[in-house]
Amino acid sequence: MPTLKDYAKKEVTFSGGHRLCAGCAAGSMARQVTMAFDKPTVICNATGCLEVASTIYPFTAWEVPWLHVAFENTSAVASGVEAAYKAMRRKHMIKDEHIDIIAFGGDGGTFDIGLQSLSGALERGHDFLYICYDNGAYMNTGIQRSGGTPFTASTTTSPAGTVVPGKGQFKKPLMDIVVAHRIPFVATAVPAEPKDLIEKVRQGLDVEGPAFIHVDASCTRGQRFDPSLSIEITRLAVQTCIHPLYRVVNGEYTMDRPSLRIANDPSKKKSIEEYLKSQGRFRHLYKPERQDDLIRMFQEDIDKRWEEIRTKCGV
Amino acid sequence: MSKIAVTGDDAIAQAAKLVNPDVVAAYPITPQTIIVERFSDFVADGEVDTEFVCVESEHSAMSACIGASTAGGRVFTSSASAGLMLMYEIIQIASSSRTPIVCAVANRAISGPINIHGEQTDQLLFRDSGWISQFAETNQEAYDQTIMAFKIGEHPEVLLPVAVGIDGFILSHAIEGIEPVTKDSVYNFLGGERKSTLRLDPDNPVSIGLLHLQDYYMEARAQVRDAQQRSKQVIIDTFNEWKNLTGRQYNPVESYKMDDAEYAFVTMGSGAGNARTAIDELRAKGEKVGLIKVRVYRPWFGEEFSNLTKNVKGVITVERAHSFGSPGGILGQDVKSTLFDAKQTPYVAEYCYGLGGRDCLVKEWVEIYNRSKQSFSEGKSLPYFWWGVRE
Repeated sequence: MPTLKDYAKKEVTFSGGHRLCAGCAAGSMARQVTMAFDKPTVICNATGCLEVASTIYPFTAWEVPWLHVAFENTSAVASGVEAAYKAMRRKHMIKDEHIDIIAFGGDGGTFDIGLQSLSGALERGHDFLYICYDNGAYMNTGIQRSGGTPFTASTTTSPAGTVVPGKGQFKKPLMDIVVAHRIPFVATAVPAEPKDLIEKVRQGLDVEGPAFIHVDASCTRGQRFDPSLSIEITRLAVQTCIHPLYRVVNGEYTMDRPSLRIANDPSKKKSIEEYLKSQGRFRHLYKPERQDDLIRMFQEDIDKRWEEIRTKCGV
Repeated sequence: MSKIAVTGDDAIAQAAKLVNPDVVAAYPITPQTIIVERFSDFVADGEVDTEFVCVESEHSAMSACIGASTAGGRVFTSSASAGLMLMYEIIQIASSSRTPIVCAVANRAISGPINIHGEQTDQLLFRDSGWISQFAETNQEAYDQTIMAFKIGEHPEVLLPVAVGIDGFILSHAIEGIEPVTKDSVYNFLGGERKSTLRLDPDNPVSIGLLHLQDYYMEARAQVRDAQQRSKQVIIDTFNEWKNLTGRQYNPVESYKMDDAEYAFVTMGSGAGNARTAIDELRAKGEKVGLIKVRVYRPWFGEEFSNLTKNVKGVITVERAHSFGSPGGILGQDVKSTLFDAKQTPYVAEYCYGLGGRDCLVKEWVEIYNRSKQSFSEGKSLPYFWWGVRE
């Protein structure tokens, strides 16, 4: 098994100079993802922060083949790419070598508008890895709520007002939806745990058939925190069990080490309040006065989901 | 080869079989066309070497087609009506991505109210998208034009997607005899052994589909504009090569009895058949009337069109399509723009007919002619008119 040091020495095919914001966790994730490459790799990218900011013509940050078509269809685009390679290989039109295919989508492009094309591609069984980088809203377009936005978060379409305290719904259970497709590999990851993330990318690419990774990627602009804290915020998401780290391989749930430590020693489980207080999007839960009911509802939901995952992982 | 009896859908599927695309991605439901079902049979029986991606929507169909074509594959799909509407966003990106996808369209009315029968409005709604847009009159033409579409779209001077329209039900579900060609002749016609056109090449990585802001967007769009213009010669050359192979002559703008014509019908698709019969009847009575059939709608062959209308007194456009609130028909507007530059502008009468698959009999074409000629002889053009609608 390569160490983190080994990965740090690997060639990164997502170059600097892109125009993602300072402190953007999606950029850190993209670099880590490319560290997992050990075969020819092609990327399909849904419209979103990562797409817009990495490829402003005539510049590109990508040193691997990269394709963007639209917002809601990157799984379908990847399906077509995979089908064409398969046919052209069979007809001896291209080299007889495996090409890894990755599709990137944000939470809007995955939880909401891209869910149908994702579901279709998973059902058809295309051999590709879908990576959802979830920063909890449509950040690129001005912080509108998505199905991935957490409970109570203030966004420009779920603003915290004097009557409505931010988003009124809980996050869509995307992992459950994807797992229900019975694909060979599903996992969660965060940029704060690079080795875990890189290994999962490699594992997802190596399985035959569709694979999916749900990455929690913090956003300094939309979640409202100091750019120096972006990686720490994703670590907090794990430590509070808001985004536990686990994988589901052929239906078998396994909890990964950072979350397993918490499962084995519940005293290590941090209150979600550490997460809430770290970000301006939840400020209205504390000012002008503390919203005990909402914080409790949020904590109860996270606790319930954590228990479900623990049970599924058998820990 | 001896003739075979096929529906228009079947003719197109047979043509696609000879072409043997690398990828067919389709969702043939809204409304259903048999083209993809028939092609699935070929896949199931090993008669083609194609990856068939049976996607979950037309939106994903066109998306997968772009992915496959960008990867370097030869790609075919088909759709109609509501399905095309769902594809609409991605149709635009297919042309700007310069992906030579061939899409057969069994032209059908768009909702609402829901109808599903023959009408060309669906394909005309993406006239501005950069696609090469053609219509066929018969199942033979549908067959021939489908094969030629690959050669036109894939030409390095073009690299644009191509739509081939057949009137829903009137051609798609009606059986006609066609003269097939052999797989070998199609193979040679399309340039023989295909070399890799891999664009998403790990050995030579490029990014495709980048954000073009104010500084480059117009230049990117202008490339599609230029490719459309360049496609004109490629279309003519391809039609000529097809004639050498099959003896069947095609022109972007076809004419019938136009040499001495004083009046001209202008139409597209299967309606041209009834128009011809009406013309024959009228000619028998001494009327000097002919037909201009627009086979290639985009790019618009204005010069070829003008050459046919130089000496006519009146033009009668008859189209199975409509555009609400517009100054006339969809085809009609192209015709009038073209005539505007003529030395002597003929009178024009514009008709919308046959929406939602409503029949327009030969005798009605005769009535349309008489009504129009009457007005022309009084020195007047006629306002846009919906033929046969109960007001």
